[in-house]
Amino acid sequence: MALLEVDDVVVQFGGVTAVNHATFEAEAGRVTGLIGPNGAGKTTCFNVISGLQRPTKGKVRFNGKTVTSVPVHRRSKRGMGRTFQRLEAFGSLSVRENVRVALDIHRGIAGVVKPAKADIDGLLERVGIRAYADERADSIPTGTARLLELARCLAGDPRLLLLDEPSSGLDETETDAFGDLLRDLAAEGRGILMVEHDMDLVMGVCDTIRVLDFGEVIAVGDPAAIRADKRVQQAYLGYSDDDEDDVAHPPEAGATDETLVIPVVPANQGATT
Amino acid sequence: MDTFIAYLIPGIFSGAAYAIAASGLVLTYTTTRVFNIAHGAFGMVMSFIFWDFSQKQGLPVWLSLILVLGIVAPLTGFLIQRFIARGLGEAPVSVSLVVTVGLFVGLIGAAQAIWPPEPRFVPPLLADEMGNDKSFPVGETVVTAQQLITVLASIGVAVGLYLLLTRTRIGTAMRASVDNPELLKLYGGKPETVAALSWAIGISLAALGGILLVPVVGLDYYQLTLLVINAYAAAMVGRLKNLPLTFVGAMGLGIADSFALGYIPTDSVFADIRPVIPPLFLFAALVLLPQAQLRIGQVKGIVSAPVPSVPRMVVSGGVFLVVLLAVVSPMSEARLLLVGTAATYAMVMLSLVLLTGYGGHVSLAQLTFAGVGALAYAKLDSPNLYGLLMSALIAVAVGALVALPVLRLTGLYLALSTLAFGVLMDKVVFQNERAFGFGGALEAQRLSFFGNTVETTQAYVMVMGVFFVLVAIGILMLRRGVLGRLLVAMRDSPAACGTLGLDLRWARVGLFGLSAGVAGLAGALFAGLRGTIGAADFQYFNSLPLLLLAVVFGVTSVTGATLGGIGLMLLPVLSGSNPIAGGIVFLIIGFGAVFAGRDPNGLANLLFRLGRVLQARVLDRIDLNLPQLPSTTAFSRTKTPTREVSGGELFDDGYDEEPVPVGAGAASGGVAEPAGPPLAPTDQKGVQ
Repeated sequence: MALLEVDDVVVQFGGVTAVNHATFEAEAGRVTGLIGPNGAGKTTCFNVISGLQRPTKGKVRFNGKTVTSVPVHRRSKRGMGRTFQRLEAFGSLSVRENVRVALDIHRGIAGVVKPAKADIDGLLERVGIRAYADERADSIPTGTARLLELARCLAGDPRLLLLDEPSSGLDETETDAFGDLLRDLAAEGRGILMVEHDMDLVMGVCDTIRVLDFGEVIAVGDPAAIRADKRVQQAYLGYSDDDEDDVAHPPEAGATDETLVIPVVPANQGATT
Repeated sequence: MDTFIAYLIPGIFSGAAYAIAASGLVLTYTTTRVFNIAHGAFGMVMSFIFWDFSQKQGLPVWLSLILVLGIVAPLTGFLIQRFIARGLGEAPVSVSLVVTVGLFVGLIGAAQAIWPPEPRFVPPLLADEMGNDKSFPVGETVVTAQQLITVLASIGVAVGLYLLLTRTRIGTAMRASVDNPELLKLYGGKPETVAALSWAIGISLAALGGILLVPVVGLDYYQLTLLVINAYAAAMVGRLKNLPLTFVGAMGLGIADSFALGYIPTDSVFADIRPVIPPLFLFAALVLLPQAQLRIGQVKGIVSAPVPSVPRMVVSGGVFLVVLLAVVSPMSEARLLLVGTAATYAMVMLSLVLLTGYGGHVSLAQLTFAGVGALAYAKLDSPNLYGLLMSALIAVAVGALVALPVLRLTGLYLALSTLAFGVLMDKVVFQNERAFGFGGALEAQRLSFFGNTVETTQAYVMVMGVFFVLVAIGILMLRRGVLGRLLVAMRDSPAACGTLGLDLRWARVGLFGLSAGVAGLAGALFAGLRGTIGAADFQYFNSLPLLLLAVVFGVTSVTGATLGGIGLMLLPVLSGSNPIAGGIVFLIIGFGAVFAGRDPNGLANLLFRLGRVLQARVLDRIDLNLPQLPSTTAFSRTKTPTREVSGGELFDDGYDEEPVPVGAGAASGGVAEPAGPPLAPTDQKGVQ
């Protein structure tokens, strides 16, 4: 039995179907990648799983129990943690305080009565943002803020981590370190479901990958299988095996975070194949 | 049957008038996201202008109508949008609501200053020389021309709005603006023009509603202004966006009100229900709203006033008490009562520091909670610490009870539900004979400590001062601790708190309860100070100037609450017996808030800054507990963020501790997801 099962989930916003009968799972101790083009419904899936969005149809099971109508905070108590694609750091608090709040919430009333003496700095060290501990969270770089969200999650010791584009805003070295961290976290037995656009990271770290397009799961498999899948190439990766080298090292445009990037490369790239 | 028709007709009439006013409210809210609390106040002022033109200046009625509805009202709407409402829609509700509350107070002040109280008569539109309306018999009863005109006008407004919104270019742009003004701009539309037009029409509709109701309601500053609660209720039935449902709501409300008048015997227990119908209606419509979605996608950081260290708190509190003692020692009884009143207001404002300053929620019923505390204290009749504690606890319970049925609501809706609650309490409980008694003279004893009653007013004011200091220190300690961090976290990102496992709804109930408890404590102390209290001491609409002064003086700091309390006490003193001066003071405060309300740290922040400058000059060093400027040069990879759309720009008033939020792009709605791989997912299909 998988840790998380998304079963035939449909989400409709008015007339738009954002998620269309999506079915997939994420297992404990493994890193599962959820990829797909912008607007494919990845973040909406995350919102359904974490409870911020009610599905129009379908079920979410966590740890064998249906949680579809369980409120957000209870899912968290049961061991779900998530980060946000659009940052949700507590801007007025310092980085350290951000994690402290997470700990307080995790401990509930006990946290209010007797503040935790947990190793917050150790946690910050682990995700690699110890240096920013005393800065206000609205003044740190985007990539760092994403790692902060991860640290905040980890304070609650979740069994399942939902990471929404965790590496955007990180440079290459940082991304490598982040990949190692993900493997470590999985090795501890946590399930990780990650939405990510950095294909190097996805292919390097994930045990298994689900590809979403127009709200539907169009492919499932390990990285090699996904790379070879024709439908995925058409819908998302946009290349066939022979020009893979070009794509494996995306130009800098992809690294500039939070700006409206209009990719100009693909049109002719597609044409060359 | 005849009674039925006799009450149906006036019901339809008031329903039609509410519908006109409510549709204006809906129009401005949907297109600009600013809920105009002052909508009714605009209707009131426009009615006064209409009276001025038609009665005082002696212009013909039709000309006055054209001047008010066609020129004065639209121009006012245009100017308000241009200079006040612009950009407010994206602001946190604690800012946008406070600004329109400022307009509310300012307009009432303006009306009092321009048209001092005197009996005024506005005849129906088609009245004869004697001021009698034409009427037409319908069966046993009659329909007046005014009623007929009102119903026709509401039909005209409905048809006009329908045609405008569906058949014209600008109307289409208005509907587009509801969904996404940024996108509208990209497509060559002009959201600003749309907003200005909406406000122009909105204020005109407020004016029309007011003018049609005036012959029935009378030309009164408050009566007309507060009729807007009916409009709020109707608009909420249409969930602030659906015009047809708004009309249905307005009609239902008008007819229900009229039937209550007709069918409920005046001596039954339900006789009191009539004035309660609009707020009940509003409350019910709010409770039935669907669950508010947690908004995600913004990093909000607000620089609040610095929290002093514990020794500093204690020293400041001590200094405050010494100064208070020096001030009250030579004072007369009357002045002492004023100081005590200021202390009460200041303490109620402390409850707002907790709720609004730290928590980001707006309550329009804070004085009502104080009233609950006062009532409980007087009724318990145990004037000691136990009675005081019980009074505060009862207020806590009531505060939590208010938040309970609206657990699912946030922001504007939550604030409106507190307003509805304030009206309900005022009409049902406070004005009930069994509560404060007829004429409002319920007796309350002075507090006693372990058998020693505080007899003199002087000593009692000092006791109030001590309680104020204790509560202030308590709130500051709370801000420094676990709960304070949680409050800030909840304000900054409710979604993250939720996914980290916090039950936001109960946290909100707790916060409301605590805040109400502080207000209740203030009310209880006030009861002891005055000796006799009545419903008039806690009128619900006085919660609006209270909120206003709290925000103007700084709702994030104890200093702000102290100054605000003194300011609110001084308001009636300054105006004294001269209502014009009083009106002008209201006017200045109201419109001051329109601008100052954008910075929740308020005027107190000016003091802090002055203090910092002095400190820097005199001591040649900067105190360590001042907010530090966030460094923007700490990173190079991420593009230097542009200013966050929501809220950020509103604090851009030269306030130098302004944080520069990250994730600026992420915050603004129109920006797409960061594109990871440089491969466009579209255009790829079918290429191979």
